[in-house]
Amino acid sequence: MSTTILPGAEKASFLPRVGTAQILLGLSIGILVVVVAVPVLLIFLNSFWVNGQFNALDVVRVLSRGETYEALLNSLILAGGVTVTGTIVGTFFAWLVSRTDLPFKGLMKVLFLIPFMLPSFIGALAWKMLLSPRAGYINRLFMDFFGTDTPLFDIYSYQGIIMVETMYLFPFVFIQVSGALERMDPTLEESARISGASLFTITRKITIPLVLPSVVSGALLIALYSMAHFGTVAVLGVEVGIYNIPTLIYEKIHQSAGNFTSIRTATVLASVLVMTAAFILWLQNRVLSRGHYQIIAGKSFRPTELKLRGLRIPLLLFCLAYIGFTIVLPTVTIFCVGLLKTYGLPIALENMTLHNFEYILFEWDLTRGAIVNSLLLGFSAAVITMFAGVIISYVIVKMRVRGKGFLEFLGMLPFSVPGSVIALGTMLAWSGKFGINIYNTAWIILVAYIARYMAFSLKANSAALEQVHDSLVEAARASGATMWQALRDIVIPLVRPGMLAAFFLIFLPALRELTVSVMLYGPTTRTIGVAIYTLNEDGETVYAAALAGVALILIVTGEGLIKRLFKIGMKK
Amino acid sequence: MAFIELNGVTKRFGAVTAVDRLTLGIAQGECLAMLGPSGCGKTTTLRMVAGFEDLDDGEIRVGDRLLSARAKNFYVPPEHRNFGMVFQAFAVWPHLSVFENVAFPLRIRKLPKAEILARTEEALRHTNLLSVAAGSPNDLSGGGKQRVALARALAIRPDVMLLDEPLSSLDPHFREEMRFEIKDLQRKFGFSILYVTHDQSEAMALSDRILVMRDGVVQQIGTPIDVYRAPANRFVFEFIGLSSFLPVGLTPEGMVIAGQHQPWPDGPPPPELIAAGKAILAFRPSEIRFTSEGGLRGVVERKAYLGEIIDYRIDVGGSEVRVQRPRRDPGPNVGEPCGLLTASPRWYPA
Repeated sequence: MSTTILPGAEKASFLPRVGTAQILLGLSIGILVVVVAVPVLLIFLNSFWVNGQFNALDVVRVLSRGETYEALLNSLILAGGVTVTGTIVGTFFAWLVSRTDLPFKGLMKVLFLIPFMLPSFIGALAWKMLLSPRAGYINRLFMDFFGTDTPLFDIYSYQGIIMVETMYLFPFVFIQVSGALERMDPTLEESARISGASLFTITRKITIPLVLPSVVSGALLIALYSMAHFGTVAVLGVEVGIYNIPTLIYEKIHQSAGNFTSIRTATVLASVLVMTAAFILWLQNRVLSRGHYQIIAGKSFRPTELKLRGLRIPLLLFCLAYIGFTIVLPTVTIFCVGLLKTYGLPIALENMTLHNFEYILFEWDLTRGAIVNSLLLGFSAAVITMFAGVIISYVIVKMRVRGKGFLEFLGMLPFSVPGSVIALGTMLAWSGKFGINIYNTAWIILVAYIARYMAFSLKANSAALEQVHDSLVEAARASGATMWQALRDIVIPLVRPGMLAAFFLIFLPALRELTVSVMLYGPTTRTIGVAIYTLNEDGETVYAAALAGVALILIVTGEGLIKRLFKIGMKK
Repeated sequence: MAFIELNGVTKRFGAVTAVDRLTLGIAQGECLAMLGPSGCGKTTTLRMVAGFEDLDDGEIRVGDRLLSARAKNFYVPPEHRNFGMVFQAFAVWPHLSVFENVAFPLRIRKLPKAEILARTEEALRHTNLLSVAAGSPNDLSGGGKQRVALARALAIRPDVMLLDEPLSSLDPHFREEMRFEIKDLQRKFGFSILYVTHDQSEAMALSDRILVMRDGVVQQIGTPIDVYRAPANRFVFEFIGLSSFLPVGLTPEGMVIAGQHQPWPDGPPPPELIAAGKAILAFRPSEIRFTSEGGLRGVVERKAYLGEIIDYRIDVGGSEVRVQRPRRDPGPNVGEPCGLLTASPRWYPA
C-alpha cells in the first residue's frame, strides 16, 4: 500500500499539549480567583486582620457582642428547627411515594417537588398576609368568628419562620430519600425476608440503616440552606427583632454607609457563615461517601410496597391537604392580594381590579425596570457562567495537567459560599479598592451572580463531561483532530444538554434572586426580588403581591418550557 | 531496519515503573501482539506509541520519523501521527452517523469532498457497513460499533494500526469473526499492527510475533509457536497455554515427592537446580500420558468431560497435576491409582 502523507500530518511541534492545557488551566484559575476567591479572601482578611495585624481575639469579641451573638444563636435555632421538621416531613413523604401503594404516586412526587421552584420569600410574604397577628386574613377570620382578640397563630415568631422555611426546604430530604429508596437493591430486603425477618424488623434493621446516609445528607443540605437563608427571616423575623446571620449582615451593610465597625461586624459574620457552610458540606461528603455505594442496584427493581389498606384514602387526602395548604393557599393569596384595590379589604370580587398588574407592568418605572434588570442579569449571568463552567469542568474532569489540584480546590469554593457572603465579598472587591468601582451599577450584581451560580454550572457540566468517555476524545485525536477540534466537534456537541441544563439552572433562580441583589442594588438596579422586598417594606403590599404574581408566572412558565425542551431532547 | 522502533522506552507513574526500558522493532506489515495480565504496561506502551502519554526515557520512531523523544523533550501530538486506532470501549461518537464517524478523520484533514466520499465508502464497504451508513451507531450491536471504529481507523489508510483490546467488549462468537476480519484487512492494506490483549488465543491467532510483558518488563518476544514451545521463563509458560506445576525435592540420583524417591521423568534437571535441592516441574496438561505401571504415581481426584477432551485432576504426593486426554483415550476413573508419563517437562527454580 502506498504511504499517503495527508495534509497537516507532518506538523510536529514542541510540547504542544502543554501549551493549550496551560492556557485553559490559567483561564479557569483566573475566573475562579477573580470572581470567588478574592471576595472570600477579602472577607477573611477584613475580619481577622485588624490594623495590619492578625487578631483572632477581636473576632471573638465581635461575636460575643449582644446583637451578633443573638444572630448566631437565632441562626442555630432556626436552622436546627427547620432541619428537624424538614427531615421528618421529607422522609415521611418520600417513604409514602416510594414504598406504599398510595394512589397517584407519580403525580404526588411531582407535586412535592414544586416548592423547590417557588421563591420562599414570596411564600413568606403570602404567609404574612394570611397569619400576621393583626392583619392576617386567617387570623382575622378566626378572631371575628370566635369574637376574641388572640390571633390563631403569630407568623412573626420562631415557629412561624421554621414552618415557612420547612415548606420550601423539605424537598432536599424528599429527593435524596425517595431516590435512595427507589434505587435500593430489593434483594437486600428480600434476603432479609427469606431469612425470616418481619416487615417491621426489615424496616428497622435493613431499610433504615441503608437509607440513613441519604436522610442525613438531605438534612445537612436543609441545615446549610436555612443557615444562609435571607428572605423568610427578612420578611417574618426582622419586624419583631429576630435576626439571623444573613439578615444581620444586610442590616449592618445597609446602615453602615462606609462605617468601619459595621462592615467589620458583617465580615466577621460572613466568615462564620463560610466556615459553617464548609463544615456542613464536608460532613455531607463524608456521610455520602461512606454509605452510598453499597445499595445502588442495576435497573431491574421492584421494591416491595406496603399495603396501606384502610389508610390509603385518608393518607392521600392528607397529602393533598398538605399540598393545598403549603402550595395552593399561598399562591392563591399572592394573586388575590395582588388584585385588591387596597390592602386589608376583604377578598371579594367587588374589591378586585386588574389595575395593579397594569400599573406595575406598563406604567411604573420602578417595577418595569426591575423586571428588565432581572431578565437581563439572569440571561447574561447564565450565558457567561455556562461557558465558564464548561471550560473549568473540562480542565477538572478531562485534563491531566500540573497545577490542577489548585483548580479543584478553587472549584469547590463556589459550593460553600452562601449568597450573602458572595454579595459582601464582591462589594469589598469591586468598590474601587482595586481600581475598579462598579458599586451601584448592574455590573456588580452580574459579577456576584456569576460567582453565586458557578457551582450549578460546574455541577451540570462536569456531570455531562463525565459521561463522555476519554476514548471518544482520544479517538478524535488519533483521527487527526487537534485538542481544539476535538473540543469543538466531539466534546461540546456531547455536553450540550449539560450546558443547556446549566443555563436554565442559573437563569430561573436568578430571575427570583433576592439575597445577593438586596445587598448590591442601587437606585436604578433593583431586581424583581429587591422590588418585591422593598415594596413590602414600604407598605405597598398590593403592588408587592402583584409583582410577586408576575414573578411566579415567569418562573412557572420557564420551568414548564424546560421540562418540555428536555423531554424532546430525551426522545431524540 | 524495523518500521516501528521503540528504544529504551520507559514510563513511570509516581513510584511505579509501568514500562521499563522497552526496546522493540516491528516490521512493515507485521502484526505484533502485546500480551500480559492487566497492569503489566502493555496499554501504557500502546498509548505512548499513539502519543497520549509522554515518555520518561527513550524514544519512539516510525519509518524515518521521530515521534517521541524524552531527551529532546519532543513529542508529535497524536493528531499528527497519522495512525489508525481502535479502542476497547469502541469510542464511536454517539452524536454522529456511522458515515460521519468514518468520514471524521478525512474531514479534519480537509480532503476534497469527492475523495472523502470515496474513501469513506471504501472503508465502509470493507467493513460491511454500507447498508447502515446513514444510521446512528447507537442502533448497532457491539460488533457493529467496533466495525465502525475499525472503518474510521482505515479511512486515513494508515501505515500503523493500534488496537487496544478491540475484541474484549464483544460477545464470544463476534470475537472470532472480527479476528478474521482484522486479519483480512491487514492482508489487503498491508499496515503494521500493534495489538494489545490479555487473551492469549487472540494473540496467537492474529499475530506474527507475541510480546509477553509483566510488571513493565518484557519477558519474551517471539513467534506464537516459539513462545508456546520454548517459553523463556515460568511466567511465560504459565501465561501461554494450560499449565500444571509440581514442586519436587531433588537429589543427585532423582526426585523426591512426598518422601518417595522417583526416577527422572525425562532426563535430569540442570545441575544448579540439583544443587538447590528443590525445583518446580512444569507440564502442559495435554503432553501427559497415562501408564498403568511406573511413571509418576498418583490418584485420580476428579474427572470431567469437556466434550472432545477429558480433564483430570491427579493427586501426586499431595500436589495436584492437571491432565487432558482426548475423549477416545479411556483413562482411569476417580479414586483409581495411575502413572503419569511426560515428554519434555520443564524445570523451574522453586
